[in-house]
Amino acid sequence: MEVREHIIEVKDMVKKYGSFTANDHLSFHVERGEIFGFLGANGAGKTTAMRILCGLSYPTSGEIRVAGHDVYRERERIKRKIGYMSQKFSLYEDLTVSENIHLYAGIYGLGRKQIVVREEQLLERLGLAHVRNRLIREIPLGWKQKLAFSVAIFHQPAIVFLDEPTGGVDPITRRQFWEMIHDATEEGITVFVTTHYMDEAEYCDRVSIMVDGRIDALDTPAALKQQYESVNMNEVFLKLARS
Amino acid sequence: MKRFFGFVKKEFQHIFRDKRTLLILFGLPIVMIILFGFVVSTEIRDVKVGIWDRSMDQASIRATQKIFSSGYFVPAGYIDHEEEIGELFRSGKARVVVVFEEGFERNLLREDRAAINLIADASDANTAQLSLTYLQGVLMTYFQSMNQDVEVPWSVNMKSRMFYNEEMKGVYMFIPGLMALILVLISALMTSVTIAREKEFGTMELLLASPLKPREIILGKVTPYVLLSFVNAMTIVLLGFLVFDVPVRGSLWLLMLICMLYITLALSLGVLISTNVKTQQMAMFISLLGLMLPSILLSGFIFPIENMPKVLQWFSAIMPPRWFIVIVKNIMLKGTGFAFIWKETLILLGMTIFFILAAVKRFKIRLN
Amino acid sequence: MRILATLLVKEFKQIFRNRLMLPIIFVVPVVQMILLTYAASLEMKGINMAVVDQDYSQASRLLVSRFEASPFFEINLSTGSYQEAENELTSDHVDVILHMQHDFELKLYSEKETDLQLVVNAINATEAGLINAYCTQIIADFNGQVRARWFGLEGSGLLISLDIIPKYWYNPLLDFKIYMFSGILVIIVTLIGMLLTALNLVREKEMGTTEQINVTPIRKYQFIMAKLIPFMIIALFELAFGLVIGRLLFGLPIVGSLGLLFLFTCVYLLTVLGIGLFLSTISNTQQQLMYMAFFFMLTFILMSGVFTPAESMPQWAQKLNLLNPVAYFMKVIRMILLKGSEFRDISREFYSLCIYATLILTLAITNYRKTS
Repeated sequence: MEVREHIIEVKDMVKKYGSFTANDHLSFHVERGEIFGFLGANGAGKTTAMRILCGLSYPTSGEIRVAGHDVYRERERIKRKIGYMSQKFSLYEDLTVSENIHLYAGIYGLGRKQIVVREEQLLERLGLAHVRNRLIREIPLGWKQKLAFSVAIFHQPAIVFLDEPTGGVDPITRRQFWEMIHDATEEGITVFVTTHYMDEAEYCDRVSIMVDGRIDALDTPAALKQQYESVNMNEVFLKLARS
Repeated sequence: MKRFFGFVKKEFQHIFRDKRTLLILFGLPIVMIILFGFVVSTEIRDVKVGIWDRSMDQASIRATQKIFSSGYFVPAGYIDHEEEIGELFRSGKARVVVVFEEGFERNLLREDRAAINLIADASDANTAQLSLTYLQGVLMTYFQSMNQDVEVPWSVNMKSRMFYNEEMKGVYMFIPGLMALILVLISALMTSVTIAREKEFGTMELLLASPLKPREIILGKVTPYVLLSFVNAMTIVLLGFLVFDVPVRGSLWLLMLICMLYITLALSLGVLISTNVKTQQMAMFISLLGLMLPSILLSGFIFPIENMPKVLQWFSAIMPPRWFIVIVKNIMLKGTGFAFIWKETLILLGMTIFFILAAVKRFKIRLN
Repeated sequence: MRILATLLVKEFKQIFRNRLMLPIIFVVPVVQMILLTYAASLEMKGINMAVVDQDYSQASRLLVSRFEASPFFEINLSTGSYQEAENELTSDHVDVILHMQHDFELKLYSEKETDLQLVVNAINATEAGLINAYCTQIIADFNGQVRARWFGLEGSGLLISLDIIPKYWYNPLLDFKIYMFSGILVIIVTLIGMLLTALNLVREKEMGTTEQINVTPIRKYQFIMAKLIPFMIIALFELAFGLVIGRLLFGLPIVGSLGLLFLFTCVYLLTVLGIGLFLSTISNTQQQLMYMAFFFMLTFILMSGVFTPAESMPQWAQKLNLLNPVAYFMKVIRMILLKGSEFRDISREFYSLCIYATLILTLAITNYRKTS
């Protein structure tokens, strides 16, 4: 097996809120170019861990490097190399499709001409050219999420973090969404995704499963199914959660 | 009923969890009383007076001493050119300049009359007028007293009685208005914003889908604020009494009853506002502009209604705080009974019924 | 610079897309300026007086005629019953009772002095003080000149008299409105600037959009500046708009330099908007912010001397006012507009606010957390 570069490296990461331990000595790595699934029930500590990796939250202790930078000292460097899409919010509801693209592209310092060209390509590919001047609040949720993802990787980051990106959308849109994720990895973007849809875990190269702040299992979906003698990831998860 | 109390309890917990807001809620009346009691007085004190004494004789020097021993004025220095008056005013070093004419004492003794010019910076017309009125009083009294040596046949002594407020404390005027202001703030502003918040975040739908009746939801939302408002109103009365000796001369029960009526009115207004808005910001701006400002300005709180233009006087007649303030002044300061306030009470009652009906109607339309 | 420009475009688009904004910027201030300026008058109109003349003698009638002749008093009730007059006082129909007992003139001749009772409704202490002062003047005048004329002492050299000539600079007609108007302008500029800025930032926090901004390489100062600049422009526009209205509707004089006024306003706005931003960094919800902002605004405005000069406040309040930016602006706007004060007259206020603005903005920027 070819040895790939570790784009995220986490050793003994701990995050405490008072006496509550949200992340209990997590250690794992993510390889460049893979789709890394971060699974777990609600409240297992997935979002906490992801927020630390994105530089939105301080870890209590541990050694963490993202895209070659230290999360304690070089958070702003990290932010240049990542994209982020959260479950709660992705785009400004009171701006249009086109304005949102220009805003985020501008924040990452892309030139105006470059933005216009790539915007054109993007809207064409998503089939959203006809709604470019509509406010985000006026377009359906599925379109919003596809657009949010495209905006998150518009500046071609090394890694994109997706926090429950498919919450609340229909199965067909979810399917299309995962195709977009695959396309992104073709372009060399590493994908770090949290989800609690276990069927989506099948699309990942490797998955980790968190229970009560700890990582209980980490491997390829195939290996996990074999190890836990299950037909699908859902069963793996249930077995882990019960033990 | 049990469900309802559970809901009310939740609302209470919600309010009490946010310590900072709670602090402001209970701190506000205290700070306001102190501000209005000590700081915001329309009286004048320590007005800076410059002197241009062109004769520098016994009479002018003694008159100057009289001015500064009166307690209203403090010296801002001597000047000796006309141009300096403007400089004093522009830099704000003086508000009034007193000019004694040349040969002041000589004129006084030889010709029996002398002139003093009082020049005020009237950019603040009110202070200017008050200052000059007081200055004239001080100077007149002083020079009249010089006439005492002359044997005159008789004189009229004026004896003033300051009714309701023997010591002439400015805070008497503000206490009733302050109650009106705080009650409107807490009852109307807070309820309208809280309900608007539930709407903005979509949690109102959730509540409406619960087995609670709409009427219970609204009552549950407002109950905590009824108590908070009432406690605050009584805090003002108590603080006024303890710190400034502002009495409750009439019946305390009657006062409490009127407060409850006014709280009900403000709450129904709050609910009415919230049924008409979509966002918290909207609720806040309507409450601030539609309720707060009128209760400060058009209610006779600070500015006497009878001094306003007629149109604004009509406007003030539809402002609930105006009537509330009249009632509170009567009960607290004048000690009058129901006989003097039944008209105003009836007006408030009518307004309350109107607002409740309007709110209920709006709410029903919303639900359908 | 390009990032800041991108953010500014975003803010402006959002502001003008908000349907609440245009009325708040244009309609509300006009209504407030007009309403407030007319309502907020401390000008005394006629004082309503009840006369209880139980003597009805020559002396008492002469005294009453002195009050009748005064422009300040309006005699609404003449009665022989004191009780009737007191009832009118209680029901607010009259402000003051002038009471002369049946032996008024008798005592004057037999005892050489007589008493006159004045009963003032003192719930409004300022008004009561003024009424008392006017009455004192009339009585002193009566005692002096009237009796002098009666007894032929005038011109005998026995009595001296004083001509006091009052002059009112900058505002000879004592127009109360222009003073109020300039104060109200300060309130509006402050309210719009501070409240809108603070609410805007907290709203983003509450909606979760700041999260998305925080994972980008935007610098804190860029984000804070992008929030500050649009509302600063709106507030400056509001000032210009207000000056035009004041000029057209109330004949507001603009004696001093407009350039100086706008320069000072910029520094002032940096301070109050900085306070607004600071408050929004320490609140999580719009509700929390509203109460805090409301509390500070009300305290600041009441202490600033909007109705009464700040110099008349007690010492401790004047010390506290060193921390109150509204007090500086309230003073300076009136100095420049009404009196034509120049830079050297307001330099102390100017430099103080410069320091204040630097401190509060630094605090707001450092206190804004991209990472929790």
